[in-house]
Amino acid sequence: MLEVKDIHTYYGLSHILFGVSLTVSRGEIVCLLGRNGAGKSTIMRSIMGLTPPRQGSVVFSGENITGKKPHHVARLGIGFVPDDRRVFADLTVGENLEISERKGGKLEPWSIERLYDFFPPLRRLDSRKAGLLSGGEQQMLTIARALMTNPEFLLLDEPTEGLAPLIVSMMEDQILALKEAGLTVLLAEQNQRTALRLSDRGYIIDNGVIRFHGSIEELRANEDIRRKYLLV
Amino acid sequence: MEIAANITLSALAQQFLVGLSRTTILFIVSSGLSLVLGVLRIPNVAHGSLYMLGAFLCYSISLFFGGGSTGFWMALVLAPLCVALISLAVERGLFCHLYDREHLMLLLFTFSFMLLFKDLVKLVWGSDYRSLSAPEILQGSFSVLGMPFPRYNLFLLVLGPLVALGLWFLTNKTKIGKIARAAAVDREMVAAVGINVSWVFAAVFVIGCFLAGLGGALVAPTQNITQGMDHTLIMETFLIVIIGGLGNIWGALLGALIFGLTDSMGVLIWPQFAIVFPYVAVVIVLMFRPKGLLKATW
Repeated sequence: MLEVKDIHTYYGLSHILFGVSLTVSRGEIVCLLGRNGAGKSTIMRSIMGLTPPRQGSVVFSGENITGKKPHHVARLGIGFVPDDRRVFADLTVGENLEISERKGGKLEPWSIERLYDFFPPLRRLDSRKAGLLSGGEQQMLTIARALMTNPEFLLLDEPTEGLAPLIVSMMEDQILALKEAGLTVLLAEQNQRTALRLSDRGYIIDNGVIRFHGSIEELRANEDIRRKYLLV
Repeated sequence: MEIAANITLSALAQQFLVGLSRTTILFIVSSGLSLVLGVLRIPNVAHGSLYMLGAFLCYSISLFFGGGSTGFWMALVLAPLCVALISLAVERGLFCHLYDREHLMLLLFTFSFMLLFKDLVKLVWGSDYRSLSAPEILQGSFSVLGMPFPRYNLFLLVLGPLVALGLWFLTNKTKIGKIARAAAVDREMVAAVGINVSWVFAAVFVIGCFLAGLGGALVAPTQNITQGMDHTLIMETFLIVIIGGLGNIWGALLGALIFGLTDSMGVLIWPQFAIVFPYVAVVIVLMFRPKGLLKATW
């Protein structure tokens, strides 16, 4: 469904990704594990077109989306949940969802009502300014906002970062529910436990290079590689 | 020096109303500037030129329709629309390619437009003064506590709140307004939910410039329409936007009130130095609230 091929991405003069390739098939949750600054977010930004790669290609559902504008990429069915959440702070929760609404997509369409059922705590926050929400609530809102665009594919950048353990496990359940609903997910994580619980396959990235790729069982069994690239 | 020697209640009331009608013009123009500054992050120095263009267009369109009341009302509607159209062409043709540039570049770019519009106005209208009379129904004056108050100013006093209400509705109740508020803070995420930010920016820019044109058209019957009427105004509106809080429309309203009222009250208190009062007010505000009175979107 998504094929990233040998991309090189830069921020200005600094070279961040060195020939990263990865694939995600329909219906999978694939995790991208790596330390802070390893290049996980940059991969997401490259796919989304926010920081287009200078070399290499990104193909989504058979269409070459390399260098396409972010709003085109979003309309093709890719939802983006950034790690720093970035809710529209001046808008209410309801307005955040309202302006993100986009009809279409091949899965059962999301509505504000359906999202409030999916993330019940958001319902009573409908008229609250998004900037006043707690971290966990903001995280739900960013995912809900991405879902309002009715994507088939979700880029989830560290959805459990900085959340209380109870919220983390709730968030994990919801991500699995999204997979059940037919979404495909590329999940960037530092939290190995979350990644290993949710994913079908995994990539390990370090300093802008993919160091390991395999099924989640292989990843779980290979403690050496996890220790080498993931321990802080 | 005869400070405050002859302040009567009726003079106070009269100057207060004069100040409020000045506030209306200042608010309409500076809210447009603030909108563009807040959402597009463009410090549009050419905003004053669009105001001047609005005034000159109002004059010419009014003549085109034979002057008089019909001419004025047609001009009041069409002149701001013409300004909006011109700004749309400029935005789609040039500005929309430059949003990623740093502010200094954008500032210089709009500055070049200020010069360009200035010469354009000189080319089309020459360097003579023009003047336009208000439609009959708004001519003359009525009395406020025994002092005359022009009817046209009353018209401005009614229009000001209507424009404010319209802007409130636009930014808070319409989808494009909500998107614009989101884009003011995080345009990247607005794009990431599939919204073509470029068109949102175009719409906001056009609305902002429309307000400049509207201000110019409204001011046309109250003063001489001249080359250089843009200069003082662009200074004033930038100061208003700064003391109000960059990008905050309600800040522009507050700033315009402060500017308009200190100006008119200054005339009453110390006529020879009246012009200083608003600037002193700006200094005082910035001493205590360097980022402006209301929350800036920057």
